[in-house]
Amino acid sequence: MNNDKRIKIIIGHYGSGKTEFSINYAVKLAKENKKVALVDLDVVNLYFRSREKAEILEDMGIKVIGSSIKASALDIPAISADVLTPLQDKSYEAIMDIGGDPAGARTLGRYHNYFQEGNYDMFFVLNANRPETQTVEKVMEYMTKIEDTSRAKITGIISNTHLLKSTTVDDVVKGYQLSKEVSKVTNVPLRYITVLEELVPKLPKEIQEIVFPIKLYMREEWML
Amino acid sequence: MAKVLMKGNEALGAAAIAAGCKYFFGYPITPQNEVPEYMSKELPKVGGVFIQAESEVAAINMVYGAAGAGARVMTSSSSPGVALKQEGISYCAGAELPCVIVNIMRGGPGLGGIQPSQTDYFQATRGGGNGDYRLLVLAPANVQELVDLVMLGFDKADEYRNPVMILGDGMIGQMMEPVEFKDNNNQELPEKTWATVGTKGERKPNVVNSLYLDAEDLENHNTRLQEKYAKMKANETRVESYNIEDADVVITAYGTTSRIAKTAIAKLEKEGYKVGLIRPITLWPYPYDEFSKIKDDCKGVLTVEMNTGQMLEDVKLALNGRVPAYFYGRTGGMVPTPEEIVEKVKEIYGGDR
Repeated sequence: MNNDKRIKIIIGHYGSGKTEFSINYAVKLAKENKKVALVDLDVVNLYFRSREKAEILEDMGIKVIGSSIKASALDIPAISADVLTPLQDKSYEAIMDIGGDPAGARTLGRYHNYFQEGNYDMFFVLNANRPETQTVEKVMEYMTKIEDTSRAKITGIISNTHLLKSTTVDDVVKGYQLSKEVSKVTNVPLRYITVLEELVPKLPKEIQEIVFPIKLYMREEWML
Repeated sequence: MAKVLMKGNEALGAAAIAAGCKYFFGYPITPQNEVPEYMSKELPKVGGVFIQAESEVAAINMVYGAAGAGARVMTSSSSPGVALKQEGISYCAGAELPCVIVNIMRGGPGLGGIQPSQTDYFQATRGGGNGDYRLLVLAPANVQELVDLVMLGFDKADEYRNPVMILGDGMIGQMMEPVEFKDNNNQELPEKTWATVGTKGERKPNVVNSLYLDAEDLENHNTRLQEKYAKMKANETRVESYNIEDADVVITAYGTTSRIAKTAIAKLEKEGYKVGLIRPITLWPYPYDEFSKIKDDCKGVLTVEMNTGQMLEDVKLALNGRVPAYFYGRTGGMVPTPEEIVEKVKEIYGGDR
């Protein structure tokens, strides 16, 4: 994780798990006493956005930047000027949680001049259990379209195949295999394999190296 | 088919297409926008048609037309949008047109907000439009059930020649969950001999209409409708319940709130409380009879809704004063927590376990 660039852009297909990964990443950095900003640039989704968890994240010392208008039920794509803070202030580790699909990646265009090759990472979150991203071809289509819209390059793949709380080792392995194939064809490295903490000990050895254990922050107790 | 992860709104679109729905007419509104988005992308692939209508009113009247021609057709919206459709829904009911109408509810009244609610229970079950009509109202509690009920809804609409409403709250529409599309083994359905598909010069034209110029004819029509509704009451009431016979307190809730109630019940059980659950799956017809299984000395029935007490009225009708009725609700898009429900149940217990 220490090799990742200061600016980390999290993109992917709608519903691939970008927000859950972004929050977990932010928490992990905060625990290492890093100065962390989590930028919620999701203007596609209106439920289950990282800004909903602002309170618990701020308690951990994470700066959460959502919309400039404070309303949980906001239905307009208003972005805060504060987004520039972690982009300009180099003392920040910036995690940018972007809305799904090319439509969501459109917000990145405005920050184009901050993304110079080598100073940012753009991670593509991949869930092989989503009907739209089950084959190499389909995944590549999303990767290309999002790169085109965002005018930035994908630098890593996050294998995030799961079925929420009912995820099995088989799901994780299936996702790992798809991610590896995509990585081979695209030359984009497989960066992390996210796995629910409790599943980590059950994983095959070959996967364990780049495992990123996660908790589900966005799922309430009563949710599946 | 293996399980996939889908958002409620996408899954309901996929379920409709799997059930043979070929036409979708709608107008965007949060929190159900993924439904038209999904249908616009997927319907052309199966030779179907998606139209974004100029308004909700236009959309429901397109549904009327397509259903009249015998097609499987769906529209979807959210609370204020469904309010706009009421005239057309009443016409569909009057003309006995099978169709599926989805309401992914948000907070109200008026434009309200985009967060989840259950404030359209009255609108759905009491007739939001004019006239003595009923909809079969199905209330899914998770994405899998949403898929199953959409598929069932199309069959039931055809079987009874009646509009079917899927009543889900914003949470069900927006939530991502594992789903499986089970083999949709269609029941034997009657041929649509009434549909306006052209006479080919071989028969008298079929007429789809809700206007009756003669009072006696209209009364006869209404009598027939009521006979149909009686049959639906007898055969289509659906409910899930557990531990109700010897419960000290029974919680009743539908949709998302029923899941929160289940979590609360599990917590209460661990502490030694005896709490049962009645979860109506059909809101009309309402499972009144299920409440008669509750013992006379039950301390109370707690209705939990994301509104200020709408289903509560049906619960009171079912209990008929035999057991006290209590209510807990949140509004505006606020979702009750299991802890809030636990607390309310303990209040009803009144400290004596």
